[in-house]
Amino acid sequence: MTLANPSDFNGSLQPQGWLKYFSFSLDHKVIGLQYLVCGFIFYLIGGALAGVIRTELASPISDFVSRETYNEVLTLHGTVMIFLWIVPVVNGAFGNYLIPFYVGARDMAFPRLNAVAFWLIPPAGILLISSYFIAGAAAQSGWTAYPPLSLTTPAAGQVVWILSVLLLGGSSIFGGINFIATVLKLRRPGLKLMQLPMYCWAMLGTSILVVLSTPVLAGTLILLSFDIIAHTGFFNPALGGNVVVYQHLFWFYSHPAVYIMVLPAFGLVSEILPVHARKPLFGYTTMVYSIMAIVFLGLIVWAHHMFTSGTPPWMRLFFTIATSFIAVPTGIKFFNWLATLWGGKIALNSAMLFSCAFIVNFVFGGITGVALAQVPFDIHVHDTYFVVGHFHYIVYGGTVFVIFGSLYHWYPKFTGRMLNEDLGRLHFLLTFIGFNLCFAPQHWLGLNGMPRRVAEYDPAFTTLNQISSVGALLMAISTLPLLINVVLTAINGKVAGDNPWNALTPEWLTSSPPPVENWLGEAPLVTEPYGYGQKQEVTP
Amino acid sequence: MTSTAPLQDTSTSLHGDTPVVAGGHGDFRLFGLATFLVADGMTFAGFFAAYLTFRAVNPLPEGGNYELELLLPTINTVVLIISSFTFHRAGKECRGGNLGASRLWLAITAALGAAFLAGQMVEYFSLPFSLTDNLFASTFYALTGFHGLHVTLGVICITIVALQTRAGGRISASDHFGLEAAELYWHFVDGIWVVLYGILYLL
Repeated sequence: MTLANPSDFNGSLQPQGWLKYFSFSLDHKVIGLQYLVCGFIFYLIGGALAGVIRTELASPISDFVSRETYNEVLTLHGTVMIFLWIVPVVNGAFGNYLIPFYVGARDMAFPRLNAVAFWLIPPAGILLISSYFIAGAAAQSGWTAYPPLSLTTPAAGQVVWILSVLLLGGSSIFGGINFIATVLKLRRPGLKLMQLPMYCWAMLGTSILVVLSTPVLAGTLILLSFDIIAHTGFFNPALGGNVVVYQHLFWFYSHPAVYIMVLPAFGLVSEILPVHARKPLFGYTTMVYSIMAIVFLGLIVWAHHMFTSGTPPWMRLFFTIATSFIAVPTGIKFFNWLATLWGGKIALNSAMLFSCAFIVNFVFGGITGVALAQVPFDIHVHDTYFVVGHFHYIVYGGTVFVIFGSLYHWYPKFTGRMLNEDLGRLHFLLTFIGFNLCFAPQHWLGLNGMPRRVAEYDPAFTTLNQISSVGALLMAISTLPLLINVVLTAINGKVAGDNPWNALTPEWLTSSPPPVENWLGEAPLVTEPYGYGQKQEVTP
Repeated sequence: MTSTAPLQDTSTSLHGDTPVVAGGHGDFRLFGLATFLVADGMTFAGFFAAYLTFRAVNPLPEGGNYELELLLPTINTVVLIISSFTFHRAGKECRGGNLGASRLWLAITAALGAAFLAGQMVEYFSLPFSLTDNLFASTFYALTGFHGLHVTLGVICITIVALQTRAGGRISASDHFGLEAAELYWHFVDGIWVVLYGILYLL
């Protein structure tokens, strides 16, 4: 296969400086940062939508927005946050930036496929958000788009919603294929699988989940769009269809989607903790096996979302046991992180604060998850705010905290400058307090019986809802120190040097920011990425 | 598959899909395609699971004629299986350097694929039910239609590959990734059809 001169793509013809981040680059580092910035813009949009939701819920009556608008905002908030912020950023952004460094390659296995995967996202996002402005017809059936609700609400917005989710699913699959090929096939000669940094394993596991489960969602949504457009009856009970089949197929993707979001976060935390505690990662082998165990278990537990959908008892029993088992590998990882911190020389900088807060939040979300896996408890709190609290502890407390921590950790590598620590700690404090103030009360609301996805509620729930809304306001404010920080340091931040943390993972063994093909000479062979406190030999 | 040289020479430039980094062999492009086909297969698996659940849980409405005719789909199945062998032969000829013979076998394969599609069209027009009649009809057309889309894409790919085997084209005895990718895809589509035939027509 012949190819035009590579310099056509990354040589002098390419725009330089910040303009290159708006162009079709094939450099994995540029694509990674494109994912990151694009995702963060959608985070601000999704956050503004969350602000609308919490403002509406600050009082028991529907006074801020109408009920239909509330449903539309809620649908858009869920979809934007999951498909346009968390999944692209924990996978696409950090995966694209770090994985080639970690395997000792100069780029991803399929650079052009990589660029395609990213450039599907902005159009899909614009499509999704523009569907909101179809007057009176925006999607309003929640991010799950359960039929028959998604069949009976106005069709136009729902179809656009499906189209954009299909595009994002395609982006996700292309990315997953690229990561699997890069980690398995593009490793530097002499680098064994069991010498890879933990984030590589996390991305390998995540990509297996993406490749196995995302296509099922795509197929399901195609059938759903047939139901809407062509009036077939797959999921329409009025025409003999079966809504429970939709739920099975949907959760076959969307439960693993949780692990598609948190497994990369696990990997990123496993990179950050050893560096700032100056200790080797505890129990490397068990960490690897527990990732693969989570991948396997994650694929066979989906029906715990359907305990109230009329599932037979054997199914409830199986999915309860399988779901509870996930606590075992997750617990192994959790205790390994604690053991990594134990006795370490811990530097409580912003990256470390966010990572430690992740451990706290994730344990809380994980424990309520085990509770939710039990059928009697689940039936009691199903579709209440308890579930909302639980999954925000997982996806916000789990992944978004890690995204912020990773940003403080790798920003020096991205730009060559340090983020300001004081602003970083302020950002952390506001996020942590706001987050817990926002989502902890929702557990009480749910236990007391407040249903989710409602714009109006019993006035008895007012106080807790107002506390929650204050927390949301704090979280909104918390993005300000981050934005100020990024803008200020981009102008005159402290110059970082190549390796400000004295880290041992390969991305720090090159200049900051790295040159176009990662290393000026040959890629270093790093066989002990966590060898802190040991005699280190880096073969150039 | 081409010879698998050990990974070497990572210092060479790598931008674009040419796997310079892997010593010039196209191995992991086929690996990438295989990964994609796993994903594609999962789409079919989801459809199959939905179809089987519908069959098990939702009874067919009374009074309709939902018996599928077996002769035409069976001929179609045979046609598709033969086309897998003709494609295999095309690959063998190409690797042996007989590009002309390879092109002939590719043309036969594409013709067989087109014949399959024609057979499917004939079947569609002769069926007593249409897409929106009931759940069974909807699933039948969704499954066979989605597979037919794959066959159509395959026929297009085979035609392109056949044109590329002409002198000065991109396929040669030593460099034939396109042909091998199309072959892998075609075998995959055939395999899916055999499963589909089994659960849709025979079950």
